[in-house]
Amino acid sequence: MIQLRDLSKSYGRFTAVDRLNLEVPRGELFGFLGPNGAGKTTTLRMIAGILQPSSGSVTIGGEDIQSNPEAAKAKLGFIPDRPYVYEKLTGAEFLRFVAALYGQEGAEVERRMDELLELFELTPWKDELTESYSHGMRQKLLISSAMVHRPAVVVVDEPMVGLDPKSARTLKDLLRAFVERGGTVLMSTHTLEVAEAMCDRIAIIHHGTLAASGTMEDLRRETASEGLTLERLFLKLTGGEVPRSLQGMFDE
Amino acid sequence: MSEPAPADTASVALPPQPGIWILLSPKWRTALARVRQERSGAGMRLLLLSLVGFGFWSAIFGVSYRVLKYFRGVPDIGTLVATKLLAVLLLAFLGVLLLSNIITALSTFFLASDLDLVVSAPVDWLRVYIAKLGETTVHSSWMVGLVALPIFTAYGMVFDGGPLYPLIVIAAIIPFLVMPAVLGAMLTLLLVNIFPARKTRDLLTLVAVGAVGGVVLLLRLIRPEQLARPEGFRNLLDYFSMLQGPTNPFLPSEWAADMVMNWLLRIGDPLPILLLWSTAGVLGVVGAALHQKLYLTGYSKAQEGKDSFVRGGGWERLLAPMLRTSGPARREFILKDLRLFFRDSTQWSQLILLAVLLAVYVFNIQTLQLFSGEQVPTFFVTLVVFLNQGLAGFVLAAIAARFIFPAISLEGRELWLLKSSPLDLRAMFWSKYFIGTLPLMVVALSLTLVTNGLLHASTFIMLISVITISLFTMAASALALGLGALFPQFGTENAAQIPTSFGGLVFMMSSLCLLALIIVIEAYPVSSYLQALAVGQEPGVGAEVVLSMAVVAALCTASTVLPLRIGLKRLQELEL
Repeated sequence: MIQLRDLSKSYGRFTAVDRLNLEVPRGELFGFLGPNGAGKTTTLRMIAGILQPSSGSVTIGGEDIQSNPEAAKAKLGFIPDRPYVYEKLTGAEFLRFVAALYGQEGAEVERRMDELLELFELTPWKDELTESYSHGMRQKLLISSAMVHRPAVVVVDEPMVGLDPKSARTLKDLLRAFVERGGTVLMSTHTLEVAEAMCDRIAIIHHGTLAASGTMEDLRRETASEGLTLERLFLKLTGGEVPRSLQGMFDE
Repeated sequence: MSEPAPADTASVALPPQPGIWILLSPKWRTALARVRQERSGAGMRLLLLSLVGFGFWSAIFGVSYRVLKYFRGVPDIGTLVATKLLAVLLLAFLGVLLLSNIITALSTFFLASDLDLVVSAPVDWLRVYIAKLGETTVHSSWMVGLVALPIFTAYGMVFDGGPLYPLIVIAAIIPFLVMPAVLGAMLTLLLVNIFPARKTRDLLTLVAVGAVGGVVLLLRLIRPEQLARPEGFRNLLDYFSMLQGPTNPFLPSEWAADMVMNWLLRIGDPLPILLLWSTAGVLGVVGAALHQKLYLTGYSKAQEGKDSFVRGGGWERLLAPMLRTSGPARREFILKDLRLFFRDSTQWSQLILLAVLLAVYVFNIQTLQLFSGEQVPTFFVTLVVFLNQGLAGFVLAAIAARFIFPAISLEGRELWLLKSSPLDLRAMFWSKYFIGTLPLMVVALSLTLVTNGLLHASTFIMLISVITISLFTMAASALALGLGALFPQFGTENAAQIPTSFGGLVFMMSSLCLLALIIVIEAYPVSSYLQALAVGQEPGVGAEVVLSMAVVAALCTASTVLPLRIGLKRLQELEL
């Protein structure tokens, strides 16, 4: 459902993403992990059509995001890492606006909107301006906006940031239910327990290149790390296991 | 535990205070980084900027130089008129500076994103005040500085200012710029403290209403009709004494003008420089004292809650059925833009300024008194009507700068949504163009028809005016939207600041250059028409009229299509 072919992105002499190849089939929840600055957000923003790749291609449901952006984006719901929404629109107006961007309107949209707002306990605030929403409420509104037009693919960048435990649980259930009904999810996260528990397959990206990809078992086998947790495996692959002395850090 | 935790009750030595330069470092470092980014890419933008900037400065310098040269050649009253002209110009600058400082101070002192960090740090209040005042002064004054530079240069060259002249100008201009900044900061501080619960919406309404009063006051202070009608004075002596006397002896603009002219005319009077610097000093001290007393309370009150509930919305019920035929994306897009506009006080409050601008303009035309008393020759009336086009064009450019130029910037950090959706950016761009152009066209045509009607314009000149202003409106809208996309101000804390950004200046310069070009092209056929009138012939529509209108149409079409194309391309390439 999502295909990345030799995808690269450079900013001047700095290469953020370097010839990345990835395939996420329909009905899969795919975890996209990597340390800070590894190129995760850049990759997801290229998939969403916000950044133009320097080379390579992105295909969503068979549609190339560069040559046929409208058809590719019509299948997509994107949840960015920072919850920027129009502050002078109400929650309901924002969702209606997003649905309209995808050419949808009417009773069906209103029903889905109400369902999603109810699910995330935003119904009491649906007619209030989003500028009065907390960070977590905005994040929940964004998640709702990515689902309101019934996409085939959801690309989500750090979805758990700012969510309370109950909302985080709701989101996990929502994403699983979405995948079970044939949807596809590509999710970047730093919460490794979430990735380990939820994702069918995982890719770890480091310095813009793919360090490893597959199921947990595949990853353990590939890296000869039988029995390791995802956290240990992640640190091993990304060079983060170097013991760091904290002695003396707080000394005068 | 082997070592005790840091004492939480013992007195701790205060950390050394950071310098003002350090406090301002995020700002100037950001500016430097932007310049470096501009240099490494966007060569075309730089070229465009240089061309437009050079053309604009040359035009201001050229006009100022010629006018001053002419004045200098007029015995007795020439120098007096030049002095008076400088005082009037600086008075206009003072008005602009005061308004601009109030709007900027609201951002720098109360809305800026770095304030939480600065206020929570152990930095003393005076340093915060000086740093923020400096930031406010630079933000709101640089444009006035750029416009004033060629004018002061022309004064220096015409009146032989000598090598020390630039230092005199700098010594006059620094307190002249600081005073409105201190006043703006003081006024904003008081308003934030007085009206905490009603938040920025009401604050800006007050600012806008204050501006209305300011503009009216300014007009009365300038008393332009007196300069234009020397016959209104009882005798030449009265006219002389008016020219010799100060426009308003209590305003810094008068002191700055006197200081500069005293140097140029070799008059050794230290009073203006003393007045300028001592008043700036006293104001600074009062401003600092007020800041010490009221800032933290004001800052805290400015954070109190945001708007939750939607007010009004009657226009939506009115408009929604009219948009029913357009698709959901276009309809919701238009509604979204209108909702954001009418719910943001920093945007809608500018409508008040627009109304004042238009009222003053129509009022001025009405008070020309061309048709009171004796018969004024058709020749003269036609000339005034023709020049009226230029004024109307200027007003329209100012409106486009306020309302169309910020359109792309205001999408700001939410642009990710539009770029990741299947919405065609071209359709969005066109939608913004039409939303902006339609009301502007209504204003343009109303303004032209009303003012030309008041001036009793002939059918010929009315037709030329209507065609020209329609073409110019379409071009000015396109320039505003295109340059707004080329120089976007994403993440601005105050929408009112977007038109006064660097890109806003480029837009104003470009549209005024276009306007000047149109007037020059049309001047030839209009002068032929006037010549025919002067010799008593029946003027007709000759080949030169058709040709010049065709050239104007081609120029305006190019100025419409090119900026839209460039802006759209930039928007499509924009990486967030």
